[in-house]
Amino acid sequence: MIPEIGHFSLILTLFVALAQGCLALAGAARGNAVWIAFARPAARAQFLLIIVSFATLGWSFIVKDFSVAYVAQNSNSQLPLLYRVSAVWGGHEGSLLLWLLMQTGWAYAVSVFSKQLPDVMVARVLGVLGLVTAGFLLFVLLTSNPFERLLPAPIEGMDLNPLLQDIGLIFHPPLLYMGYVGFSVAFAFAIAALLAGQLDSTWARWSRPWATAAWLFLTLGIALGSWWAYYELGWGGWWFWDPVENSSFIPWLVGTALIHSLAVTEKRASFKNWTVLLAISTFSLSLLGAFLVRSGVLTSVHTFATDPRRGVFILMLFAVVVGSSLFLFALRAPKVGMGGRFELISRESLLLVNNVLLAVAAGAVILGTLYPLFIDALGLGKLSVGPPYFNAVFIPLMVPALLLMAVGPVANWKSAKISALMKHLHVPAVVALMVGVGAPFMLGRWSALVALGLALATWIATAVVKGIVDRMRATRTGLRAQPLSWLGMHLAHLGIAVFVAGVTLVMGYETEQDVRMTPGSTVSAGGYDLKFLGVNKAQGPNYVAEIGDIELSRDGRILRLLHPEKRSYISSEMPMTEAAIDANGLRHVYVALGEPLTDGAWSVRVYYKPFVDWIWIGCILMALGGLLAISDRRYRLKRRERKAALVAGGATS
Amino acid sequence: MKNRHKRLALIAGGVAAFGIATALVLNAFQSNLVFFFTPTQVSAGEAPQERTFRVGGMVQTGSVQRQSDGLTVKFVVTDTAKMIPVSYTGILPDLFSEGKGVVAQGKLGADGLFRAEEVLAKHDENYMPSEAQHALDEAAKNTIATRP
Repeated sequence: MIPEIGHFSLILTLFVALAQGCLALAGAARGNAVWIAFARPAARAQFLLIIVSFATLGWSFIVKDFSVAYVAQNSNSQLPLLYRVSAVWGGHEGSLLLWLLMQTGWAYAVSVFSKQLPDVMVARVLGVLGLVTAGFLLFVLLTSNPFERLLPAPIEGMDLNPLLQDIGLIFHPPLLYMGYVGFSVAFAFAIAALLAGQLDSTWARWSRPWATAAWLFLTLGIALGSWWAYYELGWGGWWFWDPVENSSFIPWLVGTALIHSLAVTEKRASFKNWTVLLAISTFSLSLLGAFLVRSGVLTSVHTFATDPRRGVFILMLFAVVVGSSLFLFALRAPKVGMGGRFELISRESLLLVNNVLLAVAAGAVILGTLYPLFIDALGLGKLSVGPPYFNAVFIPLMVPALLLMAVGPVANWKSAKISALMKHLHVPAVVALMVGVGAPFMLGRWSALVALGLALATWIATAVVKGIVDRMRATRTGLRAQPLSWLGMHLAHLGIAVFVAGVTLVMGYETEQDVRMTPGSTVSAGGYDLKFLGVNKAQGPNYVAEIGDIELSRDGRILRLLHPEKRSYISSEMPMTEAAIDANGLRHVYVALGEPLTDGAWSVRVYYKPFVDWIWIGCILMALGGLLAISDRRYRLKRRERKAALVAGGATS
Repeated sequence: MKNRHKRLALIAGGVAAFGIATALVLNAFQSNLVFFFTPTQVSAGEAPQERTFRVGGMVQTGSVQRQSDGLTVKFVVTDTAKMIPVSYTGILPDLFSEGKGVVAQGKLGADGLFRAEEVLAKHDENYMPSEAQHALDEAAKNTIATRP
């Protein structure tokens, strides 16, 4: 009975979403205040209904109701409670329900945090979101119903994929989806502005915090996925340019371009068409990512099922979203004015270059990801595009972007003087050169790439610190008195610097060895000695494990014991590697068991990864920067003040 | 006059950036495309020498041999029609096993031994690597076609 309540609640949501989409948009077009007023309560009702659905599915998992097909496929009576809960989104159907929860949650947030916006605008935004929700609900109900029953009910479930029985999985999909789906709000704002024919800086100010919020979640989601792959897959790499990773990275690149372009539109009313196009692209590319990952076109840990109907449906949804929004754009774009003019050297042109570089980089990643699929679809053979392609294209494109990153924040809008820029940047330039040339010598081996990476990271970090200090001196105020959005930008840029430093040092100085170890033998990595003591058997809740004992020491002093595991899950008989990592913020010593060999020996993977933590610390700083930016007071100014400004603006234009 | 210059400079800059990017992409593309060949294609001599490519199929049952150094493994990849001997030094993925699907990336030596730099097996043992499945399907098609 309980699962049927969840199913019924999904169907009800579909009708509410459709009604909201049609009534709110029609009401906004015809000025019908009653229909417009329907938008907010409808958005709240949808969120509530989806919560009911989600909770019933969660309940079915908790009570081990294997008569629900999805529960039987993704759970098992021995599965610990924590993983039974996270298994709700461990498979295809449940992860779509999570998507819907996020989608309606964002709409709910818009309905709550939009008191300062005109009701007509809110109705349009929520109407567009309602239609998007309806599209996904149709997808769930027609092709991927999580509440489908299995009769007769099996006694035992098939178990959750062991790779997904991990703390990383509990947070990775929700964060990633928050990002993906969050861009639908920026998309809805763009469509609403196009519908109203009102593309101006107020619109940019409204959608900016939403785009930044989505971006910060996407950043965290990607970072968590990278961390999870690093320790759970046992390969010790943090990024593989895998098509699935790429499909989350492409919206990130375009979304990053979007938040920068929105800044120009808000401050200078320029780039309006381009910003709208980016808002449409970011959400469309999120949908494309969902299609690639969910359709079974790509085979990976993320691909749950290969039902071709699903792929076709998402592709249709993608086509409808892209087609209709680009059509609307084509109708309205010619009426949009040019906006403020600017000189060749100005913050606008620097941000334009940033946008071009990010867009080209996204294009290059799209090409590398989709080309093999096209060739395969055309029957021209099978091929793959390896990491060397992405590195060869991506790194040269990002070098100028990183160089300009320090220049943009100190350049004036409209027109900047080179002499003024030099005054701001000569200190960072000198420091960056010194660190770039000197630091690799101290770290051991000098290489041009390490020097370049460290110089760029130092250049950005020094410029950030100097920018903040200069401003505090000039205004004679403390750090607390600075605008939060401005501090947020600097913090995010500092995150990029930390990230670049981490990537550079890992790529430059990591060591990876696969060795055969007999009990008592020693191997050294990065100045540490690892002594293999042996392997013991152990029993876990739903698996049996062989646990290695490896003694980590430096210069004869024993530091700790590391326990890498090789697990075999009972229900699926699937082997799993659990790596053991000794971390101290500056380096990782990473050990993973391979296979048992003769005489009690094992093949063992021993990695030394300097500064690998900085990659994820950098991402966290970027996300914190985003959080600071959206907490800026200026986005929550009273409606009355805004109205006065609107009237004044309307009178002069 | 000034505006026109500005616009020209922007357009020139955009074109230059786009041109450089295209050149980078095409250059990298040329050298980094990794083609896939079935064991049948490899034994017919269609696969390149001295260039990295992928071969896939099933690991022949009973063919896995560990060498004395403990880390080098030799096995045979088959699409049921033809067989290719493969050697790999390092730790194999968790789901590598005899009778299961596998894809290996590496170079073909003049002696006919495929030296793998990377061995890929699936994340989930219910699924077959799509390339390995493709190799089996192709071989099955050919045997049906050649049957009288």
